[in-house]
Amino acid sequence: MSATERVPDASLVREIKARAAMIRRETIRLIGVAKSGHYTSVYSSAEILATLYSGVMRIAEDPGWAERDRLILSKGHVAVGVYPLLAERGYIDHALLDDYTRLGNPLGDHPDMRGVPGIDFSSGSLGHGLSVGVGMATAARLREYARTRIWVLLGDQELNEGQIWEAAQAASQFRLGNLCAIVDRNQMGLDGVTEEVMSVEPIRGRFEAFGWQVLDVDGHDAAALARTLTSLPDPTEDQPVCVIARTVKGKGVGYMELSRTWHLGYLAPADAAEALRELEET
Amino acid sequence: MTTTDGQRSGPGEADLSRRYIAARPSDPESWDLADSERMNRAAVAGMTLAELADDDPRIVVLTADLKYSSRTVDFERRHPERFFNVGIAEQHMMTMAAGMATFGYVPYVATFASYASLLCAEQLRTDLAYPGLPVRVLAHHAGIALGFYGTSHHATEDLGLLRSIANMTVVCPCDAASTRRALVDTLGVPGPVYLRLGRGREPDVYPPGATGFAIGRLAKLRDGDDLTIVANGIAVRGALDAAERLATDGVQAAVLDAHTVRPFDAEGLCTAVEPTGRLLVAEEHNVIGGVASACADALIDAGIGGVRMARLGMPADEYALIGPPTALWHHYGLDADGIAAAARLLLHD
Repeated sequence: MSATERVPDASLVREIKARAAMIRRETIRLIGVAKSGHYTSVYSSAEILATLYSGVMRIAEDPGWAERDRLILSKGHVAVGVYPLLAERGYIDHALLDDYTRLGNPLGDHPDMRGVPGIDFSSGSLGHGLSVGVGMATAARLREYARTRIWVLLGDQELNEGQIWEAAQAASQFRLGNLCAIVDRNQMGLDGVTEEVMSVEPIRGRFEAFGWQVLDVDGHDAAALARTLTSLPDPTEDQPVCVIARTVKGKGVGYMELSRTWHLGYLAPADAAEALRELEET
Repeated sequence: MTTTDGQRSGPGEADLSRRYIAARPSDPESWDLADSERMNRAAVAGMTLAELADDDPRIVVLTADLKYSSRTVDFERRHPERFFNVGIAEQHMMTMAAGMATFGYVPYVATFASYASLLCAEQLRTDLAYPGLPVRVLAHHAGIALGFYGTSHHATEDLGLLRSIANMTVVCPCDAASTRRALVDTLGVPGPVYLRLGRGREPDVYPPGATGFAIGRLAKLRDGDDLTIVANGIAVRGALDAAERLATDGVQAAVLDAHTVRPFDAEGLCTAVEPTGRLLVAEEHNVIGGVASACADALIDAGIGGVRMARLGMPADEYALIGPPTALWHHYGLDADGIAAAARLLLHD
């Protein structure tokens, strides 16, 4: 079985933009069913996820393909933005989206690897995902899967968690060049701005001090993301890579952007329609 | 400076070439690393896994800067490519193992039981048990086996914690033979397994091969009609010795090893207790939440009332005194003296 390795051309950029728009629309629809959810944490990640699922991650028709790339949603609350991507690929039934979070549905606010094909690890408690990634990258090396890359999507405020740095030191000690951490630098945690709540900067300096190669990208620029994520060092290299994606929490809906009150929320039908109109215009 | 094997190293520098070699005869009271390496005959997990791994490529071993204490160094010497020392980062180790398990490996993670359970409780629950991943935790130096190293190094709450975690298997072998047997017999368990191990100096209870030791079943080590003693870990040897002493007084005590704490053999427990009506539980754990609680649960679920029951273990609201482990076990009544005394009280109750 093979998987595509995309070239960052104009068609890829168009595809990423369309897919990011779909993520934002579907997030409104799904949270409309749940009546509570993480719109803004998804909106900062929309282009990142869209890029990964536009042929940048090596995945296949079979979500269980052994040599596939893995994506660990360390910021597990982004899951509502990933489920539509899994449905689009045929990993899960579209009908499950209609009942998102309703009794017995495998799709919850945080992802469950046992219930949802395409979810590579269950998450929700912040700070664990990079350790999962170190384990998977180590295992991929033992299995001699030379092309497999392990992607970990981290939140920025999540970098306060101590276990992140236990994992970061192990990744460089074990020379895991097949591990790529993407930090969604959306500038905010739940209680406010990261640098006011508990500083995470300098992110570049911290990861470099732990032996990582660090790249920087505008996390809402589809072309820049496409270029960066398709030209990472080869997975057979020996230095883990951190991509700092500079983003805006809530990107796409004006009043949600960098808002202290929209970490969790619910748009009533009229507000949802208004938000969809705004997304349509941008 | 010159080390015992004649290597020179600069002032203030660690000599990386030096292996731990004892410079003097072993003192049974000693905690010296080199002495321990030779005295800890029951610390067979590393060597057992090394042998199993010869034929099983799924086995990998992780430790957190404790490869000598856990004897996982015996695995490293034979399979260095499948051995990972993560440094002093236990929580990361648990989660890293979970990640490896998703690739079809069966990771064994080794650290002191206090860290494996209490420090890593969330990783055990959320990263191992909830996804049902086959990670095996070698939780060594459990209970109060680290003696005067103190409460930070004791694990007398781990069973209470682990008994409430869905998908978790908890096994507490009491000697070398049953440790080997437990490792072999849990290799195929689909979810996580917590192996509660001692410090490695436990006296033999089982014959080689540990016949009579079956995961999920209480092991009946001695018959008796007057009293049922249920023990596990270090208390099993004490219970057997106590039963011998009681026999000289004409009292026949049945002794059962409750090595599998989860799932607990409720039916076996009820069958063993009904004829005697008296149950003494001895365990190196707080009297709340461990084997005694599992026994009480079983009796209540089965509707068996009227059993006279006594519990030996760490008192509910005490942390252990400072002292050598053998002195502590004696102080808390977990050796033959204490178990025999508690049995007599229960019989005359």
